[in-house]
Amino acid sequence: MKLTAKHQEYWRKNLQITALLLGIWFFVTFVVVFFARDLTFSFFGWPFSFWVAAQGALVVYCLIIWYYARHMNKLDIEYGVAEGEE
Amino acid sequence: MGLFGGDGQSQGDFKKGLNKVYTWYTGGFIGFVLVLAVLEQMGLPKNWIGYLFLAATVLLYAGIGIMSRTNDAAEYYVAGRRVPAIYNGMATGADWMSAASFIGMAGTLYLSGYGGLAFILGWTGGYCLVALFLAPYLRKFGQFTIPDFLGARFEGNLPRLIGVGAAILCSFTYVVAQIYGVGLITSRLTGLAFEIGIFAGLAGILVCSFLGGMRAVTWTQVAQYIILIIAYMLPVVWLSVKHTGVPVPQAVYGYTLEKVTAKEAELIKDPKEMEVRGIYKARSDAAVEKLKDVNASLAADRAAAQKKLDDLKAANAPAPDIAAAAAALAAVPKNEADARTAYTAARTSNAAKSAPPIRHAEPFPGKDEAAQNVARKNFLALVFCLMIGTAALPHILMRYYTVPSVREARESVSWSLFFIFLLYFTAPALAVLAKYEVYTVLVNTPFASLPEWIARWSAVDKSLLSVVDINNDGILQLAEISIGGDIIVLATPEIAGLPYVVSGMVAAGGLAAALSTADGLLLTIANALSHDLYYKVLDPNASTARRVMVSKLLLLLVALAAAYVAAQKPADILFLVSAAFSFAAAAFFPALTLGIFWKRANKWGASLGMLAGLGITFYYMVTTQPWLYKLTHGTAITPEIVKANTWWDIAPISAGLFGVPLGFAVIIIVSLLTKAPGKEIQELVEHVRYPSLDGKTSAASAAH
Repeated sequence: MKLTAKHQEYWRKNLQITALLLGIWFFVTFVVVFFARDLTFSFFGWPFSFWVAAQGALVVYCLIIWYYARHMNKLDIEYGVAEGEE
Repeated sequence: MGLFGGDGQSQGDFKKGLNKVYTWYTGGFIGFVLVLAVLEQMGLPKNWIGYLFLAATVLLYAGIGIMSRTNDAAEYYVAGRRVPAIYNGMATGADWMSAASFIGMAGTLYLSGYGGLAFILGWTGGYCLVALFLAPYLRKFGQFTIPDFLGARFEGNLPRLIGVGAAILCSFTYVVAQIYGVGLITSRLTGLAFEIGIFAGLAGILVCSFLGGMRAVTWTQVAQYIILIIAYMLPVVWLSVKHTGVPVPQAVYGYTLEKVTAKEAELIKDPKEMEVRGIYKARSDAAVEKLKDVNASLAADRAAAQKKLDDLKAANAPAPDIAAAAAALAAVPKNEADARTAYTAARTSNAAKSAPPIRHAEPFPGKDEAAQNVARKNFLALVFCLMIGTAALPHILMRYYTVPSVREARESVSWSLFFIFLLYFTAPALAVLAKYEVYTVLVNTPFASLPEWIARWSAVDKSLLSVVDINNDGILQLAEISIGGDIIVLATPEIAGLPYVVSGMVAAGGLAAALSTADGLLLTIANALSHDLYYKVLDPNASTARRVMVSKLLLLLVALAAAYVAAQKPADILFLVSAAFSFAAAAFFPALTLGIFWKRANKWGASLGMLAGLGITFYYMVTTQPWLYKLTHGTAITPEIVKANTWWDIAPISAGLFGVPLGFAVIIIVSLLTKAPGKEIQELVEHVRYPSLDGKTSAASAAH
C-alpha cells in the first residue's frame, strides 16, 4: 500500500514525541545522577539525589509511558490509522 | 473452561469475568492467611504453616494450569491474543520480578546503599525504551517469538538462528538462577533438602506451562503477582507503623534515613566498633604476611594445630575440646595451592569486615576524587546496561504479543511499569527501615539476650547471617554481624517481631516471584527451539498439534537441564543473572530498534552486528571477571591481569556498555556496504509502523 502524505506526517509526529520523551528520560536518568554528589540538599528528609534515584525518576518513567500511550492513541484516531473494532 | 476465555465471548464480558475471578481470588488469599494466623495462635507448629503455604500456592498454580490447558497454537504461544492491557501488565510484572528482585534487591540496597539504586533505576527505566521503541511495533508485527521478528525483518534463517542462540543464552542463565531461588525458599519454608525443594517447585512450574503454554502462564502470573505484592508490602507497612506511625513507608522513610545517617556517623567513631574493626584489620594483615611465604606458614599452621591437639590430650581435656582441636587440624589446608586460596580468602574477607559501615545515602563513595569518578562511571554504566537489557529480554518482549491491539500494547507497558513500580519504590524503604531496626535495636544488645531469629537463620547458612563476639565484651557490635543480602526480605518479619504466618507469606511471595519468572523463561526457550528452530527451519510442514507437542517436550527437557545445573549450586549466580542483561542488550536491542526505525538495515548488517555485540561483551567478561576467567583460562585471575584487561575502569558486569554501541555501529556500517533490503521488507517496516493502514484490527490482519 502506498503511503500518503498524511501517513508520513503521522510517522514524523511519532518520531518527534519519541525524541522528546527520550530526552526527558535521558535527563532524569543520566544527567541528574551524574551530578548526584552536588544535589544532596534535604528533600522531606531524603538527600535529593537519593530521593530522585529511589522514587523521583521512577515516577517520571511512569508518566513518560502513560503520556506516550495516551498521546499516540489519540494521534492514531486523528490520522485515521487506529485499529477498527473487532 | 469459561474462566480464562472461552469461545464467542466479547472482550468486554471477558474482562468483567476476569475482574470477578481475581477479586474473589484476592479475597480468598487474604482469608487463607487470616485462617492460618488464627491457627498459629491456637498452636499450629511453624513447619506446618510452611507446608500449608507451599502446598496451597503450588496447587493453586497447577489448578490454573489445568483449567487453561490447550493444544491450539495461538492459545499456546500467545494466549489467544486477548489478554486485556491491565492483566498483561500484572503478568509482565510477575514475569519480570524474579527471585533477584523480590529477595535480592532490598538486600543489595541494605548492603550498598545508594549504589544499589542502580538496579532500581535500570530495571524500571528500561520500560521507557520498551514503550517507545518496541512494544507497539512488535505487537503490530504480531507473530509468536522475538527471533520470528528478526527472521522476517532481516530475510532469512541466519538472523533468526542468531536470535535463537542469544535468547537461549540469556534465558537459560536466568532460569537457572530462578530455580536455585525456588530451591532455597522451599527448603527454608519447609525444612526439606535443597534438591528436593528444587524438584517440588519444578513440578509446580511444569504443570502450569506444560499444559497450557502462554495461556496458562499468563493467568498464573496474574495470580502470582497478587500474592507477591501483598507479601512484599505487608511487613514494610508494619515496620513503618511501628517506627513512624504512618502506614505509607514510601512517603516517610526519608526521616528514618536521616536517623540512620546520624547513627552511621556515631558507629563510625564508636571506640568499641573501632576495636572490633582493628581486630579484623590485624587478621587481614596476618593473612598478607602468610601469603609472603605460603609453604612456611602452612607448616607453622599445621604444627600449631598439632601442638594444640597434643596439649589437650596430654591435659586430659574434655572430649568436645579435643574433637574441636582435631577438626581444626583436619581443616588445615592440604597443600600449597589450597593454602594460598585459604589465605587469600582470609585476607579479602577480613579486610572487608575491617571497613567502617558505609554511609547509606552517599552517592559514589570513594577515598579521593578519582575513585569517586570511577564509582560514578560504573554506576551509570550499570544503569545503562540494565535499562537496555530490560528492553531486550525476549521473555518480556514476548508478553506484548498477547494483547489484542497496538493500542492495548501501549497501555499495557504503562500498566506493567506501574505494577513493577509498586514493588521497586518500596524496596529502598524496606532496606532503610530494616537498617534502622538493626542499628538501633540489635547493635549493643548483650549476646545473652539476642533475639531467637538470629540463631535460627545462622543455622540455615552461616554465610547468610553470623554473629561472633570478636572482642569478647559480651555486647554485640555492628562490625560483629556479618549479614548476607538474601536474608533481609525473608527475615524482615522476624526482625520486626511479626507472627510467623507473615514469614510464611513472604516466603510464598518469593516463591511466586521465582516461579512466575521461571515459567516465562522456560516458555521462551522452548518456543525458540520448537517454533523458530524446529518449525521455521527444520520442518516447515509440521502440523500445529505437532509443533505444540514438540514445544511441550522441549520444555520438559530444558526444565530438567536447568534444575540439574541449579542443583550443582553454581558459583557466582548473581553475576550470571546480571550478565544476561548485558548479553540481551548487546544481542537484541540494536537489531530490533534499527529493524523498526531504519528501513535500510539489512540481513548482513543485523547478523554481523548481533554477533559483534555479543562477541565483544563475552570477550570483555571472560578477560575481566574472576569466575569466567578461571573457567576459560584455567588459572586464577590476578589484580595485575584485571588492570591490564580493563577498559576505562568498567566492571565486567557492565560489559554491555561496549557491546551495544558496537552492535549499532556494525549494523549501520555493514548495512550501508551491502545491498538494501527488497521492497517487501520496506513494506513490512511500514506495516509495523502504523497500527492500521486499512482500519482493521491487527488481530484480524495478522491472521496466522
